[in-house]
Amino acid sequence: MIAWLTRHLQTLVGSLGRLSQQKFSTFLTMLVIGIALALPTCLHVLVTNAQRATGAWHRALEISVFLQPQTPETEAQQLADRISKRRDVAQVELITAAKGLEEFQRQSGFGEALAALNENPLPHALLVRPDGAYTSTDHLAELAAWIRELPSVDIVQLDTGWVERLNAILEAISRAIVIATALLALGVLVIVGNTIRLDIQNRRAEIEITKLVGGSDGFVRRPFLYSGLWYGLGGAVLAWLITALVVSALRDPVGRIASLYGSSFELASLDLGTSTKLLLTGAALGWIGSFLSATRHLRDIEPS
Amino acid sequence: MIRFDHVYKRYPNGREALSNVSLEVARGELVFVTGHSGAGKSSLLKLIALIERPTRGQLIVNGQNVAGVSRRKIPAFRRQIGMVFQDHKLLYDRTVFDNVALPLVIAGVRTKEIGKRVRAALDQVGLLGREQCLPLELSTGEQQRVGIARAVVSKPPLLIADEPTGNLDPDLSLEVMNLFRRFNEVGVTVLIASHDLYLLDRFPVRRIRLENGRIVDPGNAAADDAAPLLDPRKLLEREHGAPS
Repeated sequence: MIAWLTRHLQTLVGSLGRLSQQKFSTFLTMLVIGIALALPTCLHVLVTNAQRATGAWHRALEISVFLQPQTPETEAQQLADRISKRRDVAQVELITAAKGLEEFQRQSGFGEALAALNENPLPHALLVRPDGAYTSTDHLAELAAWIRELPSVDIVQLDTGWVERLNAILEAISRAIVIATALLALGVLVIVGNTIRLDIQNRRAEIEITKLVGGSDGFVRRPFLYSGLWYGLGGAVLAWLITALVVSALRDPVGRIASLYGSSFELASLDLGTSTKLLLTGAALGWIGSFLSATRHLRDIEPS
Repeated sequence: MIRFDHVYKRYPNGREALSNVSLEVARGELVFVTGHSGAGKSSLLKLIALIERPTRGQLIVNGQNVAGVSRRKIPAFRRQIGMVFQDHKLLYDRTVFDNVALPLVIAGVRTKEIGKRVRAALDQVGLLGREQCLPLELSTGEQQRVGIARAVVSKPPLLIADEPTGNLDPDLSLEVMNLFRRFNEVGVTVLIASHDLYLLDRFPVRRIRLENGRIVDPGNAAADDAAPLLDPRKLLEREHGAPS
């Protein structure tokens, strides 16, 4: 077991040493892989940020409930408590008539005119925010219908049209990312496979000799698998760097746009989980690509 | 150790390299295979090392019928055969040590043990202290000795050599042959393909003579060749057949 590990470790380091002997061509291969991996990674970062930026929209996903005028405040509070007990409701905010008027005075600019009224024309209102897990349009409609049946409820407002549109757009984008990722992963497999194929051709004599002295297919293949692993891992590191560069280049302009809209939104780079996933994916693709290529091409080389 | 039973080898291009070869080499023998180039010496060795497979007939090496050795089992089969080549077949980007260690690394021997056995093998061929050289820093004769050290480092029961002295001058040839004899003395079966007349002259051992892919002299009785043939004319006769 220890001997087995030692041998693998030696091959692992040995293949790295071999790659470092041809720094330039190794770097070029890794760069091509890096660019291929950077494209879906950048898209992913973009979408993650977009989701974060539109997080505020989710808050806009509210059901506005207006109670009948002259409903006592205690009853409004009871109603709010009752609704908030539902599993699919994250939060219920009670806006009393007095508070609503105050806010309206502040925001509308009709302050003076409103002050002239001797009676508050506004009813109590409830802002029902559904739980994030229950935002499908069907579910929201069902929730709204249930609220509508409650006593003292006058009007229930739910605009689901834009939610549907947003969901559809996000769905389309994420599917496009999946397709792009699959295609680019295939590209990485081809790049690694081809590089390994050339590598095998260049080392034909060595492979023949190794087979002559009793090296099995697995033994001969091992260094090529590790080369593939290094190519993939190196490519993933470059992809990470490219993504980080892209994000840092976009950070200032995006920040300016955000500040113009009065937001403190800041572009986030790759988090630890995504970075790990990127590196593992790169290494795995390199390994698989070299495995496919080496298994196929090493069979053809036999001593003669 | 080796038994050919009516073995034929025909290559895809139609050339028949061996026809109806039957011969037996006992464990512990030292045997020359002689004949012109193209007589089938190399084909004979290639069949033994399973580089080629017989077209017809049965071949048994070290108790194993080669017909029963599947492609996947060839590596393990070859590990019991030490092979020496005319062109050495060394890895020129690796040190002498790494070259000799290769069969042990393949066999999964522990690192510490590898060091010991590689040095022992290099000591036997007189190259101890040159472990860290690259093959091209050595002379041809020394490179051939590295090849021999690699062939014997895993202590195979059978050693086959294809024209091992082909590129060497007479003194170096003798040196290499003496190495083979020493391995033979400790029980290794040695089979050497050679058309080196000078060498054949010096070593009175059994010789199998091939001509156009047929055995013209199986050299069965070792006594037959006990005395070195000193007369060059007789030697030529032996090598090329009596003039008709």
